[in-house]
Amino acid sequence: MDVLFQNVRELVERAEQEGKLISEIMIEQEIGITGRSREEIMKQMDRNLTVMEEAVERGLNGVHSVTGLTGGDAVLLQKYIASGKSLAGDLLLDAVSKAVATNEVNAAMGTICATPTAGSAGVVPGTLFAIQHKLNPTREQMINFLFTSGAFGFVVANNASISGAAGGCQAEVGSAAGMAAAAIVEMAGGTPQQCAEGFAITLKNMLGLVCDPVAGLVEVPCVKRNAMGAANAIVAADMALAGITSRIPCDEVIGAMYRIGESMNPDLKETARGGLAATPTGKALAAKIFGGAVVQGQ
Amino acid sequence: MKFTSVFDIIGPVMIGPSSSHTAGAARIGRAARDLFGRQPKWAKIYLYGSFAETYRGHGTDVAIVGGLLDYDTHDERIKTAFEDAEKAGLSFEFIPEEAHKEHPNTTRIVMGDDEGEMSVEGISIGGGKIEISEVNGFKLRLTGGMPAILVVHDDRAGCIANVANCLAMHDVNIGHMEVSRIERGLTALMVIEVDQNIEDRVLQQISYIPHITKVSKINN
Repeated sequence: MDVLFQNVRELVERAEQEGKLISEIMIEQEIGITGRSREEIMKQMDRNLTVMEEAVERGLNGVHSVTGLTGGDAVLLQKYIASGKSLAGDLLLDAVSKAVATNEVNAAMGTICATPTAGSAGVVPGTLFAIQHKLNPTREQMINFLFTSGAFGFVVANNASISGAAGGCQAEVGSAAGMAAAAIVEMAGGTPQQCAEGFAITLKNMLGLVCDPVAGLVEVPCVKRNAMGAANAIVAADMALAGITSRIPCDEVIGAMYRIGESMNPDLKETARGGLAATPTGKALAAKIFGGAVVQGQ
Repeated sequence: MKFTSVFDIIGPVMIGPSSSHTAGAARIGRAARDLFGRQPKWAKIYLYGSFAETYRGHGTDVAIVGGLLDYDTHDERIKTAFEDAEKAGLSFEFIPEEAHKEHPNTTRIVMGDDEGEMSVEGISIGGGKIEISEVNGFKLRLTGGMPAILVVHDDRAGCIANVANCLAMHDVNIGHMEVSRIERGLTALMVIEVDQNIEDRVLQQISYIPHITKVSKINN
């Protein structure tokens, strides 16, 4: 096993010392650990990128989940952008709509690529396919976006958690948003250290986010959390590119996320017993969907 | 290090809605089927923690049954796994448990047919990644990231060497190996992670070695 980095500090140091991109360090580590060829690894990531493109396209055409709780919001956002009235700006809302599109497909039991999980699968592709129109990356640069995201996700998964059941939504959408921010910074020409700043600024603003899915479904509030994760990532990436740094180093933010997850009440970790799932409306929806047989939450 | 590949993070390609509760669940079901060695005729599926609370909303139930039918995480047939199981002669039952396990996403699958029974406990650790934590009462830690062979045998001198020799003869390299036993002199278990998928004839040869009672495998 040839592990090149176990935390963000090592990842950034290696990239800066060798004058390489974060994505390149991730690819080199993947070759070292798995013994697979670069070509094979690039091809697999290319396939994942294609799955993401297809999911966004499907979502933008309008999908609805079996329960009817989610679907159609990506279409609403695209129409709104086209009306020219957007306050937040077209790029930001485009990212949000594409993140929503992916998660609407996921909720409808469609095919997606987990990034890092299915519940948080909208953020990374949502931001990628929006900034694509601004930065005009090559296909290889788009694939590298996923490797950079993966490098940061790799650190989080091994040092904290990417599971809502283990760490709350901060571990899922929080991690996804941080991963996206780091990858945006790299694609926009930022340094490896700026990637880490982008990740840290994003995750700091996701800390404490609980996992409280209504009726235990990956729909409410998951789809909209992906929307805000995408927005958070783009704003934090811009902050990092502007030269703003996080006073708390990236690895310590990840450590804080882990400890917050550990101390979170199990009701707020994907059990559908607390938070929005336990509101009167949340409980009523659960009863309606499951025929009143199971009313979750007290 | 629990997560070793970038594709543990950017991946898997899967049917929604949840990597841990759908994709991970399908993988545990499939690993259980692999270990059993064939499709079981019946399965009792015990669910713990978040699995027990939200399994219906997340499609955990169809995913586990899909896994028992050998469906991969991205197989669209997961959605119709219940109907498919009926056609394939697999009956199943879900039992949500109140007891707390170490990990919130845990399931224990007790399955069998006319020829035997097996119990497999698996945990879904996030992003679709799983670990097999118990087989027939033996505690173990199997990631499913590498092909592996499980050998149940009498706790006698020479058993481990004989199995290792058999693998060496077939040019199979051992990446990691663990041995454990419930009680000295009684039954023991070898968990052998190997570099490549194992052919059935190799397993068959291992099963001919004296004091070996059961051999099963998980392919990657």
